[in-house]
Amino acid sequence: MKPDSYLPIVILLLGAVGFAVTPLALAWLWAKNFSPSKPGHDKNSIYECGLESTGDSWVQFNPGYYLYAIIFLVFDVEVVFLLPFATAFTGFGIGECLAMLVFILLLIEGLAWAYQKKVLTWT
Amino acid sequence: MDEGLKSELSKQGVVATNLQELYNWGRRNSIWPLNFGLACCAIEMIASTMARYDMARFGAEVFRPSPRQADLMIVAGTITKKMAPQVVRLYNQMPEPKYVISMGACAISGGPFKQGYNVLKGIDRYIPVDIYIPGCPPRPEALIDALMALQRKIDAQQLTGDSRPRHLNADEPSEFTVPKFGAHDLEPPQNPVVWHAPLVQIALAEDDDSGTA
Repeated sequence: MKPDSYLPIVILLLGAVGFAVTPLALAWLWAKNFSPSKPGHDKNSIYECGLESTGDSWVQFNPGYYLYAIIFLVFDVEVVFLLPFATAFTGFGIGECLAMLVFILLLIEGLAWAYQKKVLTWT
Repeated sequence: MDEGLKSELSKQGVVATNLQELYNWGRRNSIWPLNFGLACCAIEMIASTMARYDMARFGAEVFRPSPRQADLMIVAGTITKKMAPQVVRLYNQMPEPKYVISMGACAISGGPFKQGYNVLKGIDRYIPVDIYIPGCPPRPEALIDALMALQRKIDAQQLTGDSRPRHLNADEPSEFTVPKFGAHDLEPPQNPVVWHAPLVQIALAEDDDSGTA
């Protein structure tokens, strides 16, 4: 491949970057030359419903949902693979049986981890 | 540039312009109002955006639900004293350049509810108003007329010099005092930067100057 065959891509890349950067640069220049920045207490407040904003926008959300997602994945993947295992069960040799057991053990390990973390209790 | 020459050129398909005209042309044809109604005038405001009156012809149909994206505040309706701080705060949160249309008798002066203890006697006591539309409520044609008046006003604004508008002048404020609920009235009852009590020029007798300044 000739090295100049990348030239169109470079030109397109420059065009794309210019398309994004030029308006921002022009806006910056315009603000610098003509339109002064006027930040203030109300303008910088975090909410815009008209009422006085309270608190901070950096609030913490409880990320507990990821545990449910992981357990769902454990059971979901298990079901997807157990069904073909069950239909082909009588034709298994020792290798397939071991592979299947390792797979199921890995998933059971995930379940045990969740049980040990006490996320399976509903209270 | 000479106006006659410019008109002659435009007939030949040549557009001559300068930065200020381009800037004002862009701003006047994309006035985004704040999606914000206070009372019955808002119904007329909604009607003026719909197909029958079609405010989109003037580039002003994009009603923004956030003050951060809006250029124009249409104060459409009665401003109660409970609501006045919110109106002023929303105005403060709008980015410059920003304009205010005071729509209807209530927003101008309190209108038919002027005597009410709970009614603000005009939004111009707290924020600078560009266009007033009388009416109770004003018809959509009146709102469109106000919008066209605002477009003419924007068109005449200077980019530089002493007569340039507020948003181009670093010394002039962008935020105005938000009133607070006092024991009997809003505190302060008006913002002296933008509003003064009108003086009545009536002399009752030859030597009486009590009504004059």
